[in-house]
Amino acid sequence: MFNNFFFIGLPYAALAVMLVGSIFRYLNFGFKVSSLSTQFLETKELFYGSRPFHWGLLYLFFGHLVAFLFPRSVLLWNSMPVRLLILEIVAFGFGISAFFGLFLLIVRRLKYKRLIVVANKMDIVVYVILAVQIISGLWIAFFFRWGSSWFAGTMTPYIQSIFIFTPDIAAVSAMPLAVKIHIISGFTMIGIIPFTRFIHFLVYPFSYIWRPYQYVIWNWDRKTIRKSKKLVNGVRSKNN
Amino acid sequence: MDIRSQISMVFHLDKCIGCHTCSIACKNIWTDRKGAEYMWWNNVETKPGTGYPSKWEDQDIYKGGWEMKGKNLTLKGAGKFKGLKNMFHNPNLPVIDDYYEPWTYQYEHLFEAEEGDDQPVARPVSLITGEYMTPKSGPNWDDDLSGSQEYARKDVNFRNLSTQEQEAMFQLERMTMHYLPRICNHCLNPACVAACPSGAIYKRGEDGIVLINQKKCRAWRMCVTACPYKKSYYNWNTGKSEKCLLCYPRLESGQIPACMHSCVGRIRYLGVMLYDADKIKAVASCPESELVDRQLEIYLDPFDPEVINAAKENGIADSTIDAAQKSPVYKFVKKWGLALPLHPEFRTLPNLFYVPPLLPTMAFVENGTYETTSESFWGAIEKSRLPIKYLANLFSAGNEKTIEVVLKKLMAVRLHRRNVTVGDLPENEVTDPMKEVSMDKDTADAIFRLTSLPLFSDRFVIPAAHREEAMEMLESTADVKGNHGFGFKEPPKRGL
Repeated sequence: MFNNFFFIGLPYAALAVMLVGSIFRYLNFGFKVSSLSTQFLETKELFYGSRPFHWGLLYLFFGHLVAFLFPRSVLLWNSMPVRLLILEIVAFGFGISAFFGLFLLIVRRLKYKRLIVVANKMDIVVYVILAVQIISGLWIAFFFRWGSSWFAGTMTPYIQSIFIFTPDIAAVSAMPLAVKIHIISGFTMIGIIPFTRFIHFLVYPFSYIWRPYQYVIWNWDRKTIRKSKKLVNGVRSKNN
Repeated sequence: MDIRSQISMVFHLDKCIGCHTCSIACKNIWTDRKGAEYMWWNNVETKPGTGYPSKWEDQDIYKGGWEMKGKNLTLKGAGKFKGLKNMFHNPNLPVIDDYYEPWTYQYEHLFEAEEGDDQPVARPVSLITGEYMTPKSGPNWDDDLSGSQEYARKDVNFRNLSTQEQEAMFQLERMTMHYLPRICNHCLNPACVAACPSGAIYKRGEDGIVLINQKKCRAWRMCVTACPYKKSYYNWNTGKSEKCLLCYPRLESGQIPACMHSCVGRIRYLGVMLYDADKIKAVASCPESELVDRQLEIYLDPFDPEVINAAKENGIADSTIDAAQKSPVYKFVKKWGLALPLHPEFRTLPNLFYVPPLLPTMAFVENGTYETTSESFWGAIEKSRLPIKYLANLFSAGNEKTIEVVLKKLMAVRLHRRNVTVGDLPENEVTDPMKEVSMDKDTADAIFRLTSLPLFSDRFVIPAAHREEAMEMLESTADVKGNHGFGFKEPPKRGL
């Protein structure tokens, strides 16, 4: 029952809420989609918190993604102990970096009244869940070695089974508590994306890379109007 | 040739009395909200001074604007690589203390204080934290050269003036100042637009107003860094950036922006300029000494039949072309060559032009006494209390020649009018200066009229926005019949 609820029910609920909620929030509450940066109120300590936290998490996110998408390649890489060690140590390093970043960010938040004023209730949820996620991750990496290898054999099939709608929880049910916590908090994190500032990572501005620097918007297609001989107005401008 | 129209402005600094009415008008309409209290979309600075935010002109600190890297025009502190790299922490972002911490006073205390031996006072309270605070700076803290040791002496525009020249400026008898009212320049080559990773900032094609889409802004904060004039502000409450919108809802209904309408000294002019958008990049990348001249070239003569045809070809409305012909900005900037852009070296091609101040050149110090009588009626431009180099740092990227010509023209107008109204000057003292800047009497009179006796309709020539046509294409007007207001109706509540 416990396992069914947390490893079948929760993932589907979380993914559904994330998808529907994020799209709904993006389309209907665009004004509330923001990274809610507090750098303007305090910048020095943010540097030591935000940089290690974000870069650490970014690496770990892509690490998990690669292990999920290409389990064979990861296993192949890990076939030599030296390479396994390098991978594990680097990943652990990024985990530590994310942990210290988060720690400093929480300390910074509590230290300045200005920052407490702009914090909302969901920010507390965000801090707690991030702390649970990062600490349980570090715990697993340290006590249940070598995660990058056993992930391919146990977690990848489980997550795949979720995505192809034939959930198989045999492997995760047998996992130690720390791993279970890590999975549960991970899916919870996905589920609360639309309700928290987490949404900012869904709107990362990739399009900036290929768009031209200058951006001009026309309210109407001026040439069509000017040249039109018809009595009705021209067509709606494409950039609106 | 890609002709577009641009709403541009001229501020006549000789007429500015530094009353801050413009700032208050703007604040009352737009920024009297939580998170926006510290913003002054319109502010008036005393020059010399460090301005608002403190030392905003020093791009070694704030890294705003564009710079030439070899042959490439690049953003100094933002851009695709730097912007995305610094997203998690932007090292060049000014913080609220660079502006000031906004505060109010605890007025209720005056009424509600318990009876006691002392008079109750209204203590200052921070508008951010709500705690008691001691105000340490404000947007016009150095008004009228107050605290000039701390502020005026640290003016960035002194950088290439010799110590001697600087000292001379601060001698009590030579002390001088002028006001510099600033709003968003609605640049032709806006750095804020280029720096915005979300693509939330855009320039409106029809009138060139630069706006921030509040729904697309994600608080990446790059515009604040990129704008060299620091006219894009971060709202710490809503997590969105905001900036001067040139009162576009007013403009679209034929009204004047609030700051300009309320201007007591009537220093502000607003009108349309036609320009060639194809030339923007080339002009913004030209050598620093040519920047002003090349920028003025980009604006086209609205009387030229070729330009009119090309403008029509490009879909510019007849009413806009008509407004461009009547534009007071065109007269000041192109026809008479009296107005210059502020800090052209930032390479954003600003559309707000300033007529530089002809500071008191009448009196000077001789043998330790303050001499108000001199052989010639007004002293020479070169003997101006404010070194021309200082003005050149502000308005012509250091090119003193440009400033000198403008000041001489302004002086010629004065001499001519003195001759007309009083007639006590020797003939050659009037004709020589006018000949030097090749100005005829009619031009001098026209400049005088538009400077001193302009009607409301002379100062502001707003083209019809044809918003009604534009709206019909965006949505059925029947749907919104009976409604009022503009924009979306979401309350400005901080996002989750």
